[in-house]
Amino acid sequence: MTVFVIRRLMQSGLVLFVMSLIVFFGVYAIGDPIEIFISPEADQIERERAKAALGLDRPVWAQYFAFLGAAFQGDLGRSFVFNMPAITLILQRMPATLELAVSALLLGIVVGLPLGMYAGYRPNSAGAKAILAGSILGFSLPTFWVGLMLIMVFAVNLGWLPSTGRGQTATYLGITSSLFTVDGLRHLAMPALNLALFKISLIIRLARAGMRENMLMDYVRFARAKGLPMRRVVFVHVFKNILIPIVTVIGLELGSTIAFAVVTESIFAWPGMGKLIIDSIQRLDRPVIVAYLCIIVFMFIVINLVVDILYSVLDPRVRLSEAKG
Amino acid sequence: MTAPTLVVEELRTWFHTRAGVVKAVDGVSFSVDRGRVMGLVGESGSGKSVTGFSIMGLVDPPGRIVSGRILFGGRDIAAMPEDELRHLRGRRIAMIFQDPMMTLNPVLRIDTQMIEAIRAHEDVSRDEARRRARDALGQVGIPSPDERLAAYPHQFSGGMRQRVAIAIALLNRAELIVADEPTTALDVTIQGQILFEMQRLARQTGTALLWITHDLSVVASLADEVCVMYAGRIVERGTVDDVLDRPAHPYTAGLIGSVPSRNLRGQPLQQIPGVMPSMLSLPAGCAFRTRCARADEACASEPAERGFGAGRVARCVHPLVEPVP
Repeated sequence: MTVFVIRRLMQSGLVLFVMSLIVFFGVYAIGDPIEIFISPEADQIERERAKAALGLDRPVWAQYFAFLGAAFQGDLGRSFVFNMPAITLILQRMPATLELAVSALLLGIVVGLPLGMYAGYRPNSAGAKAILAGSILGFSLPTFWVGLMLIMVFAVNLGWLPSTGRGQTATYLGITSSLFTVDGLRHLAMPALNLALFKISLIIRLARAGMRENMLMDYVRFARAKGLPMRRVVFVHVFKNILIPIVTVIGLELGSTIAFAVVTESIFAWPGMGKLIIDSIQRLDRPVIVAYLCIIVFMFIVINLVVDILYSVLDPRVRLSEAKG
Repeated sequence: MTAPTLVVEELRTWFHTRAGVVKAVDGVSFSVDRGRVMGLVGESGSGKSVTGFSIMGLVDPPGRIVSGRILFGGRDIAAMPEDELRHLRGRRIAMIFQDPMMTLNPVLRIDTQMIEAIRAHEDVSRDEARRRARDALGQVGIPSPDERLAAYPHQFSGGMRQRVAIAIALLNRAELIVADEPTTALDVTIQGQILFEMQRLARQTGTALLWITHDLSVVASLADEVCVMYAGRIVERGTVDDVLDRPAHPYTAGLIGSVPSRNLRGQPLQQIPGVMPSMLSLPAGCAFRTRCARADEACASEPAERGFGAGRVARCVHPLVEPVP
């Protein structure tokens, strides 16, 4: 296991390096941020001075090595716009996005897993067909449209829930989150549901397919022949088997939800990282874009590692082969 | 003379499919005494496995027991509610399946799968259940059972897995064990050992065995009595010696002729021409008449069961030995 983790960490370092290279030069090719910051009336001297102050007068490879050198010391550059370290800026916004993504994912599991398992257990029942139809809607309706509809129904027409912002936060066990206040939860409800809709559908599909496939397996019949109650057959024998693919997908989904909650954050004016990256791209705030992408890639690496470890906990066959490798 | 452990009377298990009604088991009757081994022989699709699953109450839709009685311990299994059936399964009637690679749950440890089988029926402590599980593993010849309990199924070979499955069937000292081709997937040396163990078990503990197989040589060495099934019906029934030495039904004779033998080296094997007709369109009368050399017009009407002495019966208009009225 230790060997496995060390090997994965080394691979991850390489991935991070290659990614930083691509992102840095990619962002360089987009355009010159000076054109956006400096007022059109500024003369050539002011322009050169601003360029020098931001370090943009040097050749691109020199800029890259300066960035790399600073990155090793934990400094991913300063935002041109906010004039503060990019990493601080992103970390400030991260809790908001994390709580949104985690809530959405939990919602997806809590709602999707039981519905999917039921739909797979009784595939011919009316309930199963309704669940399946619902999951098709969840897959195919665009997120922004659902978000707007939610606002229209629950904020505008019914007036039950606030439509924008994060609401009041509270600190509990050192974590500041809107999960701990009623106002915060009211603000979180709609964006989380909006973001969760796709995940619920996805987990329904996975759970249903896994359930249907596994219920036909010989081991289920054998477990029943042992005289086990059906709930033990379903919730222990089958459940542990269908969990394997679901954990993989949930892990990957968590990463992409955090990275790409952009649409939902924009609609509900949620002050998270997604909104920050969109704003930064519009202003060509190069250090923030680069730092953001580095953090996202790092996060994906960590999540994948956790998923792999979880996978080996769930599936004893994987555990054995890893021990050899 | 005590009452037989199992009495099956005119059992009919039909599958109502879209293409029509498949009469997988159509009027099957036999009985198994305490400590005796009954062989149930037939080709694939003859209904022998469905007979076994009917006795376990594990026939899944679209299959259903439409009529007949399965008397076990004075009660009719065919009319028993699922809840009572569950208490019977694994405790008083156990089953061993054909493919040992598929019957054990791949993600649960052997001890989990054995202990749950005990604790589903008896209120015993985990330690006590574990001790019994270990003893059962030792009984079927698994070396160092204490360590093997903590292993996962994939860490066992096929033969060892089947021993584990047999050990699970033995856990609650069932009065009847239904074995559905348990040695088919194993190589001959392992097969021999397991047959020997099972025979010893039946003699020692008084457990009745219903041994479902297509292999006549297994029946010859293991069973006391044999039922030969064809297209959902028992065409011949009697003691192993009688049936195998002097078959009355042409189908039984054909099966015996299809077994390669050392004595007939170099001679072409006799075979039964053709294949079993589709269960959806069985010929009227004797289902075997389309493949039978002795068939004539008289076979087009349903042949009655005729006695051939000493508990031996066959359904044939033109039997190979003279009936005893």
